[in-house]
Order: sequence, then C-alpha cells, then structure tokens
Amino acid sequence: MSTIQSVPLNAYILLSSVIFSIGVIGVLVRRNAIVIFMSVELMLNAVNLLLTAFSVYLGDASGQVFVFFIMALAAAEVAIGLAIIVMIYRNTNSIDINVLNRLKW
Amino acid sequence: MNTLIVISVLPIVLLYLGLYKMQKALLPVTVIGLLVALGLAVAKWQDAAFAAPEYHGMILFNQFSIAFSAVAIVLTILILLLSKGYFEKISDHIAEYYAIILFSLAGIIVMVSYYNLTMLFIGIEIMSVSLYILAGIKKNDFASNEAALKYFLMGAFSTGFLLFGFTLVYGSTGSFALEGIQKWVLDHNQMPPMLCTGVILILVGLCFKVGVAPFHFWTPDVYEGSPALITAFMSTVSKTASFAAFLRLFSICFPLISNIWSPALVIVAILTLFIGNITALYQQSFKRMLAYSSISHAGYLLFAIVGLGASSANTIFVYATAYSIASIVAFGALILVTQSTGSDSFDSFNGLGKKNPFLALVVTIAMLSLAGIPLTAGFIGKFFTFNLIMRKYLILLAIVAVINAIISIFYYFRVIVAMYFRGEEREEIVVPPYYVFVLGFAALATIVIGVYPQLINGLI
Repeated sequence: MSTIQSVPLNAYILLSSVIFSIGVIGVLVRRNAIVIFMSVELMLNAVNLLLTAFSVYLGDASGQVFVFFIMALAAAEVAIGLAIIVMIYRNTNSIDINVLNRLKW
Repeated sequence: MNTLIVISVLPIVLLYLGLYKMQKALLPVTVIGLLVALGLAVAKWQDAAFAAPEYHGMILFNQFSIAFSAVAIVLTILILLLSKGYFEKISDHIAEYYAIILFSLAGIIVMVSYYNLTMLFIGIEIMSVSLYILAGIKKNDFASNEAALKYFLMGAFSTGFLLFGFTLVYGSTGSFALEGIQKWVLDHNQMPPMLCTGVILILVGLCFKVGVAPFHFWTPDVYEGSPALITAFMSTVSKTASFAAFLRLFSICFPLISNIWSPALVIVAILTLFIGNITALYQQSFKRMLAYSSISHAGYLLFAIVGLGASSANTIFVYATAYSIASIVAFGALILVTQSTGSDSFDSFNGLGKKNPFLALVVTIAMLSLAGIPLTAGFIGKFFTFNLIMRKYLILLAIVAVINAIISIFYYFRVIVAMYFRGEEREEIVVPPYYVFVLGFAALATIVIGVYPQLINGLI
C-alpha cells in the first residue's frame, strides 16, 4: 500500500473539487488578467492531483501519463497567454480586464 | 494517417521558406501540400470502412474521419486562397501565419480521428493554441488584442472543465480509451454520480468550445475582433471539427446514458437558437451578425447530437459543409467590402447589386443558403436536422427550430435588400481573380449540393 493510498480516495476527490472550485470562482470574480490566469492554472492542477490519485487507486499508469500531457500543454498555453497579456499591456498600459470593453453588442 | 504527417511537416517547410525569403512560394506550396494531404486521405476511403484503431488505440481513421478531414482541408484551401495579399498588409513575416493556420489544421485532423480522450485533449489544445495566436495577429489593433485575450481566457477556462470531466470519467471507468469507456457503460446498469458529473462537465467544456448559449458570450466579441479571414477559419473549419469531435465522443461512449445529458442539451439548443437569432436581428455590423448567425447555426448542429442516431454523422457533415461554404462566401465578400469602404456595417453593402453584380449574386446565394431557402445547400442541411429530431418526436424542438428559421430570414435578407434596393453611389470594387475563383466555386457548390444532395449525402 503506497503513501497515497493511506488517505481515502474520497478525500482526494473532495480536495480536488474544492481547489477546482476556487479556481473557477477566481476566474469569475478577479479582474486582473494574470490572476485569472493563475486561477486557470489552479483548475488544471486540481485535475492533475485528482488524476494522480485515481491512477494510483486504479493501479493504471495512463492517468499519470495524462498528467504529463496536461503539464506540457499548460506550459504551451502559458507561453501564448503571457505573450497576449504583454501585447495588451503595451497597447493599454494595463492588464485589468475591464479595459476590454470596446467590443460590445 | 499520412494526412496528419503531411499537414504537420508542411508548416515547418513553410517556416523555412519564410526564413529564406521565398514569400512567393508560400501559397503554392501550401495549396499543393494540402492537396497531397487530401489525396492521401481520400485514397484510403475503401479500406477505411474496416479501419482498426492505430497507434495503441489512440487514433481511428475511419470514413467519418476522412470525410471531416477532407472538408476541413478543402475549406482551409479556400480560406488560404482568400489570404492572397491579406497578410502582407499586417506584417512582412507572412510565413508564420500560414504555418500557424496549418498547425491548427493538424490539431483539427487529430480532433476528427481521435480514439482516446488523451488525443481529443491534445487535438483541441493544438487547434485552440494556434487560434489564440491567430486572433491576435493584428498586434496594434485594439479589437484584435481584445479578441485574443478573451478567446484565450475563455478557452483555457473551458479546457479546465473539459479536463475535470475527463478525470471523473476516468476515475469511474478506469480508462481513457473510447472503447474502454463504452464497454464499462455497457457492462454497468447503475451509473455512479461521479460518471454523471463527469459527463455533464465534458458537455459544458465542449459547449464552450463550440460556442452555444449560455456559453456563447465570448463568440461575438472574438469573431468581431479577430481579422475577418481568421474569423472565417474559426467559424467554419474549427467549428465543424469541434462538432465532429463532440459527436464522436457522445456517439461512441455515452449513447446509452442519454437520459443524463440529453435534456440539458435540448435546453441548450433552444436557448442557443433564440439568443443567436434574436440578437442577430439587432446588429448593425455585418461581421457581428455573422458571429451571431454562427451561434444560431451551432444550435441547429446540436440537434444532430440531441437526436443521436445512425444518421447523426451524416447530418452534421451535410449541415456543416453547407454552412461553411456559405460562410466563406460571406466572409470573402466582407473582406472586399471592408477594404473598399472601411466599414463592416450593413450600409456598406448598399448599391452593390448595380456596381458589382457578380459579388452581389454570390452573396445572395450565400445568404439564401444560410437562411435555408430550397435549392441551396443550407436547405438540405436544415431538412436533415429537422428530420432527425422529428424521428425522436421532439416536437417542441422542431417548432422552435421553424420559428427561428423564420426569424433568421429577416437578417439575412437585410443584406440582399441593402445590395439591390438601396441605391447609393459607390465605387466599383475590384474583385481579384483568386476571390472570383473561391467565391464562384463556393456559390456553385452551394447550388449544386442544393440540387443534387446525393453528392455528399450518405457518404458516412
């Protein structure tokens, strides 16, 4: 029995759901593009944690391999996202998403 | 699978062409490369009827995949032909634009041929990450910046939901393979709440990706802000592929538990139709009207998933093809009109019928097709979707769909009225030969499919 299995599976599900929800709430209420971005990363990391726990409990390695894919693609997304935020900052001197209101109706 | 390899290697070749300043060779090389990829895909058609999963069950390149890959490649070729002289206005380094569009297409090929949730995730990400860049290619244009950031934040947010859904499905079924999930669902009578939550979260994630109400709010802004050519790509190729991926997942894994997700999807479809169509009525900008019209067409496409059955794939194929070719005409005309008048409002189309009869004619055909008037491809698509839901006795949905089809006629005909009945002095627009070819081809295809639907009906 591994160290991970000394904690019941439900605890992992609960913890990941809570972290995921914090991420969702963060995206919805924060106005700073970088903080929103961090909240998205929080959502993805909650998924990674849960995948690892499932993978150990099911005795199946594919869950952990999926975690690597998520990490790699999240890194690619970070690169693009930060580039976009820098581009916005150059044009508006702000990363508050309230400046994004030119396109409406 | 050679198609995917060709489409992945092609952008790297293009980047080298850009490096060695061979700008003139970019478009011909791209088009030839895509035609090779198309040929490789279509050549497999006969064998694909008995295709088996390849690469350790990661990919299944069957007739469904070939048909959607072929449509995606043909539409990309048409859109790239419209790009002649378009990217040069934005920057000197145009090789990158072609390369990124093709990388996005590689993601799309993965999305229509995946057989494992891992590949679905990778395909969606390759497509989306490329599109985030493409939405923001006008670096100094504020609307383009805003579109890129909104698209990026919403895309990343929805990926989170999708992944959490995948994880919960994996936790309950113990597999990422579509076959494994299908087998688990078949073997068990009682569905655990974890699986149901997972399915609903996947549904939410995919609804975000395809842009249907109430997850549509990013769509109009992103479509309006992005450069018109990129909007054409997003609203045709990537939307078609997203629906193909959506259908493949739900038709293989979750048809037996449709009581969990089907009611939610019916409500989503009704909301999408009303929100898309009624908001489109109030638009002054042609481009934004097309964005809302794409939302409402996504609503019709959802019918194929609501009425999940043997003919769903065919329905999505026909409808998405009809919608996409008509949209390409609309966007092509929009690019020309915007370049000549500097505005994308309905008024900028005034008097086009007298000065540019050809342009006015193809736009009219496209609008008739989008509105679903008989003898155009759009009618055939609508006919199939309505047929599908009537077979499931979803009478309410059919009534809503008919009401919305009528509403949509108002805003599509506004363009036609502006072109032919609003006389106004205007300059004649010079239509470049590439545009004549693409617009003429797409308009002709719309009519031909409308008159002889058996050409594409029943392929898959």
